[in-house]
Parts: sequence; structure tokens; C-alpha cells
Amino acid sequence: MKHLLSIDDLGRAGIIELCDLAASFLEVTQREIPKVPALRGRTVASVFYEDSTRTRLSFETAAKRLSADTMSFGVSASSVKKGESLRDTVQTIEALGADALVVRHRCAGAPHRVAGWVDAAVVNAGDGRHEHPTQALLDVFTLRRHRGPDLDGAHVGIVGDVRNSRVARSTTKALAALGAKVTLVAPPTMLPESLDGWPAATSCSLDAVLPDVDVVYLLRIQHERQDATVFPSLREYTTRFGLTVERATHLRDEVLVMHAGPMNRGVEIAPEVAETPRSVITEQVGNGVAVRMAVLYRILGSGAPVA
Amino acid sequence: MVDQNGDRVADVLVAGDRVVDVGTGLAGDRELDASGCVVAPGLVDLHVHLREPGMEDAETVETGARAAALGGFTAVVAMPNTTPPQDDPAVVAAVLAAGARSCCDVHAAGAITKGRDGRELAPMGELHALGVRVFTDDGACVDSAGVMRAALEYASSLPGAVVAQHAEDATLAGAGHMHEGDWSSRLGIPGRPGAAEDTIVARDCILAGLTGARVHFLHLSTASAVELVRNAKARGLPVTAEAAPHHFTLTDAACASFDPVFKVNPPLRTDADVAAVKGGLADGTIDAIATDHAPHRTEAKEQPFEEAPPGMLGLETALALTMSELVEPGALTLPQALERLSWGPATIAGLADHGGPVQAGSVANLCVFDPTERWVVDAERLASRARNTPYAGRELCGRVRHTVLRGCAVVVDGEAQR
Repeated sequence: MKHLLSIDDLGRAGIIELCDLAASFLEVTQREIPKVPALRGRTVASVFYEDSTRTRLSFETAAKRLSADTMSFGVSASSVKKGESLRDTVQTIEALGADALVVRHRCAGAPHRVAGWVDAAVVNAGDGRHEHPTQALLDVFTLRRHRGPDLDGAHVGIVGDVRNSRVARSTTKALAALGAKVTLVAPPTMLPESLDGWPAATSCSLDAVLPDVDVVYLLRIQHERQDATVFPSLREYTTRFGLTVERATHLRDEVLVMHAGPMNRGVEIAPEVAETPRSVITEQVGNGVAVRMAVLYRILGSGAPVA
Repeated sequence: MVDQNGDRVADVLVAGDRVVDVGTGLAGDRELDASGCVVAPGLVDLHVHLREPGMEDAETVETGARAAALGGFTAVVAMPNTTPPQDDPAVVAAVLAAGARSCCDVHAAGAITKGRDGRELAPMGELHALGVRVFTDDGACVDSAGVMRAALEYASSLPGAVVAQHAEDATLAGAGHMHEGDWSSRLGIPGRPGAAEDTIVARDCILAGLTGARVHFLHLSTASAVELVRNAKARGLPVTAEAAPHHFTLTDAACASFDPVFKVNPPLRTDADVAAVKGGLADGTIDAIATDHAPHRTEAKEQPFEEAPPGMLGLETALALTMSELVEPGALTLPQALERLSWGPATIAGLADHGGPVQAGSVANLCVFDPTERWVVDAERLASRARNTPYAGRELCGRVRHTVLRGCAVVVDGEAQR
């Protein structure tokens, strides 16, 4: 594997292989000294053209736990403000010695373009509305730890602004690759314009879907950049599509609640629901480090088994 | 020789800027070898962006006209989205002056509205006095039905004037970067729905009926829009339409590469739309093939898809794409193809010196091309200053050998002479 640009690059076998690798790295992260020398001497650069806290910290933590050197590039303090092109920027970072570029960009396909311009490996850390493959990996990794390795028949309801969500695009494909059934739940203004390429069903009623799901996966409502015509108000959104305390009380005990974060408590999820034992939201974050270690190791490592 | 009067084998004798005889056994001081070739009236492109003034690092009138001549064109209509825009007599006069020194007749389109912002009418009468016949805000759609109605009513008092619409409703398409459909949904690239084009085409057909003024639809790209124009023509409305080669040769699937060389407005659409555009060209619903030649410097296209500007080169590949994708497969006959590339568009823009017929007394604007020569598009060898062709590496059939502009051989054996 040279790059990780899309979940499509992996397929079922590739996803399972990375999850298994991540399981051994999760054990590493729980040691007293959570660090292995697997990528000593390699350099991982995070190239973030869009604000991000958790994804960036997660990748940088993963790189450090593998003993890689890290460099960090953010738009706010960079030459982008001086008008440097994406191509010039990534070629400069490569010339500084980066072996892998972890790229986050507000535009779909930006990491694909970068991969064409550099010899270094490229990991997509979220590109526009397109994909967020490591989020998808940590999602299925988390689910497998709760439900066992086989997700066949598990029913996941993904709720929120699916149309504009890179998480939904990647996670739906990863879940489907492992045999899970996915239902996308949103008002029609937030569902994909076409379901071609989406291995999923859709529904415009959360209440109709909830009795049948094993997992409720909530997407963040990006109300700060939401077009006013997509839904009338946050209150109405919460009323129709929020996982409220009332709705959560009707869920079967074994139903899990997931969220890609950061949460809007009180909008797509009630604060009380986020704190219940069925919520695996914090666990997702921890698993993210192990999964990203697996991805970086798979791309930059020797390929030898992890000690 | 092929023109609107049919085809025959003949010599063409030119003296000065005129054809003086067409027949067999003619001889002159200088002869251009046209054996194995088609001799046709020079091609006419209703839709090019020559980027001067304002974006001369991508193209100039001189380089764009050279690309046109190499593509077999003897006349082009330069779109007004220059900087400053062609909404002003001084700007139009400067473009025309640059064109007069080039190797292709350059006609300037005038803006419909000041600054192309869709609000106040540009000085259409003053521009008309300079020879402008095509008025358009191309690149931008005249979104307001009221402004479009006023433009049509006003233009109807200017002889030969035609109002040309870039039919894409900004409120539907404005945030998008590719065709909205299966591929945009998969790729997560915001879409421009076909409905953005269809609604404006439907509306402007109605306004053509209301005002009686001519409407020309630029770069028709959807199956529904083709059908709307077909119906409007059947009802006798004064509408015409053009289609760009990329809309009958490429689909939105190309955008999966995330390479913005495939980004254009209106966007590349579906197989069904491509088939409908071909059908419209075959039955005459679409009157003209126009390139929408839109040069961009390489750095502008070396960006993420959503940040790169729309547009692709067209002048040097249009004839070959028409031959390869329409004539060779039998969708259009050769005379039909030449009608769409030459006398059809010449009629729309009122260019009496272009589009033939090739006969004694007519202005000697000629395109001589080998209809069967195969060649591979090499972006580095294009005469355009820009390199943004989506056809690099593609093998095409049909190649221009000579182009004659007003009696002067501006392209000989595939080489520009000035």
C-alpha cells in the first residue's frame, strides 16, 4: 500500500488486516511506555489546510508512538497566506525530508492531487465532502471490539448531514465491506443527491429506523456553515433527528451510540445520552490513535510483525 | 470541395481576397496541394475566450487566433468576460484592433449587462455600431427574467443582433463544481444540476416568444435542454443553439480523476446527455458546434478540483473531435458536420464573409483538411498559450492542412504562417 486516499483502496481484506494490526497497536498504547521503535528515522508531516484538533493530534500521537519524527504544517501560520500553491507547498515539505504526508484539505480529491505531485506516501486525513478513511477504519475497529470481528447483519443508522459528510461516505463503504447494513437517516436536503456508489438504504424518519438498528451513528450538524435552506432551525432538527433522552430510552440495551466528533451537545445528541454506557464516543477517539498507527506502519514500516 | 451547395471535385482559384473561379484544370502562381483533402468554407467558432485584456498569461488575441487558424477556423467570436469586460466600446475596439493583425477574423461579443453582473444593460447600441452582433454575459447567466426580457426587447431594435445565454441558474448551480449526479454524489464534489440549465432554457424560450427577439443558447449540455430547444423550434420560436465538443465526447466520469482539466461550466454530464447532444446536432436542433475555448495557465489548473477555474481548450481539436466522434461513427454526414462548424454559426452571428458558399465572388475564407489523417493530441505542441486540453494523448482522426483567410494562406501544411 503506497497511499491511503480512499476506503476503496482497501477492500474487505485490507480493512480487516488494518484492524488486526491496530489491535496489536492498541495494546502498545496501553503499556506503561506506549512507544515502539517501528518507524524510527522516518518523518511524518501533517499538512492541514483546514482546522482540525482531534484528527491532527491523533495522527501526530500515532506517529510519535511509532518513534517517527513529525513535522507540522498549518494554514494559519504558513506560506499559503503568501500565495504559495498546494503543489509548491507539498513539494517543499517533501524536500524537507517527509516520508509521508498526512493531508487534510477543504476540497475533495486534494490528497489525490498531492499524491501525483510527490514521491512520498500520502494519507487522506479528510478531503472536503469526499472521504475520511481513517475515521471509517476507527469506526469499524470500534464496532468489531464490541460486536466481534464479523459485522454481518449489524444494522447501523447514520444520522445527519450525510450529503456533506466525508465521514458518512467513508464509514458507509467500510461498514458495507464488512457486511453491515447501513441506513442513512436525514431530511431529503441532507441525503446524497444520488445513491449510486452508496451501499446503503435511506430514511427520512429517525423514529421509524431506531427500533431496528444496532448502532446509532450521529454526524455533527455543522450549523456554523449550514445553508439556511437545508433545514428550518436547530430546534426543528433536534425534534426530528436528534438522539434525545426520550428517544434513547426506547433503544434496546445493546444498541451502541457513536459520533465522529466534535459533538454539538443538545443538537444531534442529548448530553445525557453521550454519557450513557451505550455511548462509545470517547473510545472511538482512543482507538483512532491505534488505527492511525496501523496505517502509518503499514505504509512506512518494514512490514515485519509488530513485536 | 464541400459547401452548402453540395460536394464536387474542383480547383479553387483565388485572387486578392476573393474566390474568382471554381472548376477543373485551374492554375495559379502558387498552388496549395489539397489532394485527399476536403476543401470547405472556413470554420466559424461562436464561442472562444481569448483572455485579452486581463489574462494574457493564459492567451492573447494573437495566440488564440493562431490556434483558431490551425484548427481550421477563419472567424471566431470572442466572449466578453475579459478584464475589463467587453461591456465598453473602448475595450471592444481594442480587441477588434488586435484581431485585425492576427491570422483569424476576430469578432467581439458584447456584454448584455454592465460588468456582466446581470443588472443594468450595457451600451448595446454603441457596441452594435462597432460591429458587435452577439451579446452575452457568458460565464455568467442573466439570472433575472426581467433583465433578460429587457435585453431581448432592446436587442430587437439592433439589426442582426442576437442575445446569447449561458443557461445555468446560479441559485441552483452556483455552489457546484461538476455535474450533479451519481459521480458528484460519490466524489463529494458539490454538483451543478442539469435542472439549472433546463430551467433557464425553458424560461428564455418563453421570453423569446414574449419579445419576438432571437435567443441563442450557448453550450447546450443536457438532454432536457436539447428537447426544450427542439420543441421551441417546432413552435416557430426564434431560438438557436450551439454545443461544445467536450459535451459530445466526455462525461462526468472523467472527474473521478479529480483533475480540474475536466472542470468546465456547464459541466461534463452523463452518457444520456452526450447521446442527446449528438442527436440534437444530427437533427439540426443544435445549429452550431462552438468550442468554448477557455485557456487557463497551468498553475491555475494545478489546484484541487473545487479551487481550479472552469474551462478547457478547444480550438485545435474541435474539427478532429467532430470527425472522430460524429462523422466517422455515422452520427452526422460530412456536410452536416460542416454546416454545424461553418455556415450554421456564420448565419447566427451574421458573418457574411464566412461560411461559404465557395463560388466566384465570395471572400476566400477556406479550410482544407485531411478527413482521414490520424494524429495524437500533444498538449505541449498546441499553439495556444495554455495547455489545459482534456484530450492530451487521445488519438483523433481529421487534420487541418491549410487555412486561407481572406485570400491569404495563414496555415500551410499544418504550420501557421504568422
